Amino acid sequence: MKMRHLVVALLALGLAASMPAPAFSQAKSDTIKIGAFLPMTGGVAAYGQGSWQGAQFARDMKPTILGKKVELVLVDDKSDKIEAANAVTRLVEKEKVVAIIGSSISGNTLAGGPIAEKAGVPIVSPTATNPLVTQGKKYIFRVCFIDPFQGEMAAKYAYETLKKRKAALIIDKAQDYCVGLADFFEKNFTRLGGQIVAKTYCQTGDKDFTAQMSAIKAKNPDVLYMPNYYTEVALAMKQAKDLGLNVPVISGDGAQDKALLDIGKQYVEGLMFTGHFEKEAANTPLARQFIPAYEKKYGKVGTFDVMGADAYFVLADAIERAKSTEGAKIRAALASTKNFKGISGTMTIGEDGNAVKSLVIVQVRNGDFRYVATVEPSGAKPEPKKAAPKKK
Amino acid sequence: MELTFFLQQMINGVALGSLYGLIAIGYTMVYGIIRLINFAHGDVMMMGCYFAYFGILMFSMPWWVSFAVAMVLTAVLGITMDKGAYLPVRNAPRISALITAIGVSFLLENVGLVVFGGRPKGFATPAMFSEVYEVAGLMVPALVVWTPLLTLVILSGVLFIIHRTKTGRAMRCISLDMETTRLMGVDVNRIISVTFAVGSAAAAAGGIMWAMRYPEINPLMGIIPGFKAFVAAVLGGIGNITGAMLGGLLLGVAEILLVALMPELAGYRDAVAFGLLILILLFRPTGLMGTKLPD
Repeated sequence: MKMRHLVVALLALGLAASMPAPAFSQAKSDTIKIGAFLPMTGGVAAYGQGSWQGAQFARDMKPTILGKKVELVLVDDKSDKIEAANAVTRLVEKEKVVAIIGSSISGNTLAGGPIAEKAGVPIVSPTATNPLVTQGKKYIFRVCFIDPFQGEMAAKYAYETLKKRKAALIIDKAQDYCVGLADFFEKNFTRLGGQIVAKTYCQTGDKDFTAQMSAIKAKNPDVLYMPNYYTEVALAMKQAKDLGLNVPVISGDGAQDKALLDIGKQYVEGLMFTGHFEKEAANTPLARQFIPAYEKKYGKVGTFDVMGADAYFVLADAIERAKSTEGAKIRAALASTKNFKGISGTMTIGEDGNAVKSLVIVQVRNGDFRYVATVEPSGAKPEPKKAAPKKK
Repeated sequence: MELTFFLQQMINGVALGSLYGLIAIGYTMVYGIIRLINFAHGDVMMMGCYFAYFGILMFSMPWWVSFAVAMVLTAVLGITMDKGAYLPVRNAPRISALITAIGVSFLLENVGLVVFGGRPKGFATPAMFSEVYEVAGLMVPALVVWTPLLTLVILSGVLFIIHRTKTGRAMRCISLDMETTRLMGVDVNRIISVTFAVGSAAAAAGGIMWAMRYPEINPLMGIIPGFKAFVAAVLGGIGNITGAMLGGLLLGVAEILLVALMPELAGYRDAVAFGLLILILLFRPTGLMGTKLPD
């Protein structure tokens, strides 16, 4: 009896040990494995779904790096910080990827970052905008601007262009992104001379914001800053309008997914936000090549799709310049990325691994995202543009 | 000003609370009769929303047809769930059924993710439910009127079935003693299936009202309302249908008042709801409405 158990246990062990072997040797020989941890399910699934589709499309446009086929390995981080850390561990230890794309939101990238940092595997995040994500880390990069920039531009837009003086805030305390962005907005808005008349809080997953919106309405603001993700923005705007709070709403890059329009319908009309990309403003050669092909296959291109693709292209470019799949060499190449013409614009990886690039101001009009203006990273006042945006 | 603010927040609280109450009715009814905490209740609600969503969007049914069809389909789902998952463990210890319920919950969520995808969908609210009335400076969304009305209709419907029909009498018997009921010649399995059908249809109704108020549906949307409805049911005295509705209202108003009066603590609203659950279980485990079984 005991003997039989032992045999079964040994057989099971042997089987388990033999399984990962072929995958591993294959990865060594003729393919390059790039991992991705993205929210495919949960509260911010739309970001992950978009960026994954974009990254895959980018891979199909550029299927080989250094003459080797690229294999993308996806792990769902379920819009959750703990799952994000698990996902990175799995990509690093089990899948043995050479570099990682992810995650869509700051909180998850912050949770997964230290694991990759320790293992020396570079991460390129498509859209994590909180400054802390890359701060003090050697292996974490991003292809998007950071929140101090978009918070400042949103405050300037509210104060100078819209001439608003009394702002109200709703802050999701569980998201590093929302807390940070609200803070940068507040600092800049009050520095310009504006006043924050109401500050309300919520928690990721909340669906009911009527208590917050009623409290905000009682304080009579003339503008509402809502640096939350698309579901929260759509639901909160609906409830605000239901409660008779009809002031202009400004949001951050998290608003720019078609799920916002789908959920918010007529209620999100007029929403303005700072975003990474809008088709009308895209004019790089890569954009001209990517967008028509992508739209032919999937319909309208989304911002998060583009950012996922840009993360892949920047990473591919770095690996080619590094002429190696060694973590340290990819890292060095990533850090020296200069004037890379991606789909979302021209980017240079600056201090701390952050991309220095322009942002666009977008507004929801007639149930669609419409381009309003481009703001260059130097920090000029956002000017509405009539013709095509500035060419570099 | 202060009074308007307070009254507006009370309206907000009732709007949220009546939704919790509506979802809790089915939860507590199933518990009251077969002593099973159906953890899949929130996910059944989610399926109800998707049925209604596809009814309107893909088959372009008028909303009321779509809602009725969704309730029927969800009832069928409830029966299937009972036959497929709970019947095999009917005579096993109660903990087995509880674990099965958790399994069913995960199954529904993951099937939902595979079939419907993780990307959230916007729920189309019929015009008559999206209006807002202004009464003396207070904003009253139409749903604040409709949800309690529907809750009352469903509550009386369920109470009618339980107290005035033969099936209902059998349900009450099962809640007292399943074995004896079986010996009396009652087809216990059929009655339990009916219980699941009614409970699931009520969940679908709750889900549709929920989706009209918060028009975002995704496969994981049932988890939190499910937990909240559970708290509401325990608050009211689990197994007691009227208590579930009251518990829901109380929970909704408590949550809204917490956020309204102590905005700094807004992040803890779920913690407060579950803290309330712990307090109730510690100090008054039978809930507000006492120990009465659904009689």
